[in-house]
Amino acid sequence: MSAPASVALVLVSHSRELARGAAELAAQMAPGVVILPAGGTPAGLGTSFDLIFESLVEATDGGRAAVVLTDLGSAVLTTEAVLDLADEDVVARVRLADAPFVEGAVAAAVAAYGGAGLEAVRAAAEGAGAVFAGAASAPRVAATDTGAVADTAGGAQRELTLRNPLGLHARPAAELARMVGGFDATVTINGVDAASVLELMKLGATGGQHLVVRADGPDSSAALDAVARAVEGGFGEA
Amino acid sequence: MTLGPEWALDWTRLTAQAMTEHRAELIELDRQIGDGDHGENMFRGFSAVVAKLDALAEPPTTVGDVLKLVATTLMSTVGGAAGPLYGTAYLRAAKVTMVDDLDGAGVVAMLEAGLEGIVVRGKANPGEKTMVDAWTPAVAAAVAAARDGATPTEVLTAAAGAAEQGAKDTKDLLATKGRASYLGERSIGHIDPGATSSALVIRAAAETAARVAG
Repeated sequence: MSAPASVALVLVSHSRELARGAAELAAQMAPGVVILPAGGTPAGLGTSFDLIFESLVEATDGGRAAVVLTDLGSAVLTTEAVLDLADEDVVARVRLADAPFVEGAVAAAVAAYGGAGLEAVRAAAEGAGAVFAGAASAPRVAATDTGAVADTAGGAQRELTLRNPLGLHARPAAELARMVGGFDATVTINGVDAASVLELMKLGATGGQHLVVRADGPDSSAALDAVARAVEGGFGEA
Repeated sequence: MTLGPEWALDWTRLTAQAMTEHRAELIELDRQIGDGDHGENMFRGFSAVVAKLDALAEPPTTVGDVLKLVATTLMSTVGGAAGPLYGTAYLRAAKVTMVDDLDGAGVVAMLEAGLEGIVVRGKANPGEKTMVDAWTPAVAAAVAAARDGATPTEVLTAAAGAAEQGAKDTKDLLATKGRASYLGERSIGHIDPGATSSALVIRAAAETAARVAG
């Protein structure tokens, strides 16, 4: 478990259910991160100035920063209107992410859980759209048979086989992303950034598939060991 | 003659009445090219404004006091894009009407500030089938009238006529901002609900000015 996240999320939607659902989904991958749904109005669908205002105040309580994700147009307008009228010290710690609502919330939550700062959490949210846009044409690294540990140019590489039938679906992807975020190492799996839950999910790796895990940096061997334990343990699902 | 807080109160109440009378029409316009909630949202917002006016302990001392109350109430009670858009328009208008009663130039400054608020918030340009297409000709007409030395009532009457024409003219426009933009070509042939409600607001201002100031 990392230190309490310093960045909270506020999810602004026209729909109370949509905001709550996205918050629930993101929270599953980022326990301890403050994720506040701000959806709907007392009258039904719509965005509420008061609710967004209160959510931002709560999200930035105690010096925390906050990233706001929004769905359709007026969610952005209402949030901007709130930021126009809110206290300057709150506004200075809030960033509005131009990101897909669900994918952005998940990516931002995992980044915040990993201890990322305000701009990095916003970047994680905004990068989520590009990750999914490229998913259809993403290259899949072919499985190979070479095994064990191979030291290459200061880093280390290991090949693993996914044990659990569902492979790198959302929960294991989040588990791996959080895990590698805790090491002083740059880790890739089949060529993608293992600290990005969305990149990992994009691999579409299912049970039986080989993974090429590479780590560079001072903690590279510890990171590889941790990834190997998780994969070989089937993420508790096998 | 100048326009003061009494006028602003009358204007606001007449606007609320107009939103009640045109609720169904605005709902229908918005149903054709949007999500169908504009009439309901404006009705709810201005009903809440009237409730706040009724509960005021002290009478407002400037036009800006009234407009600021309208702004914050609309922001809190109108669920759609109209909340922040009208809210910001009224807020900007309030900032330039906090001291003196309004002469012709004061009315122009108020309308200009309102348009500026809508543009800042919505980032729309003229011709994109939005509220801006009612407000832009309204401001232009107000500026022209004031230049010729018109009274506040004459300035507002010119603005209201131009806003109504601007709203009508949105029928042939292709929506490129807001919810209607998702419809693309199918947005052509329908009048924009936000431009329509904007014309109602400005017409109410002109009518009440004629009543109190002649």
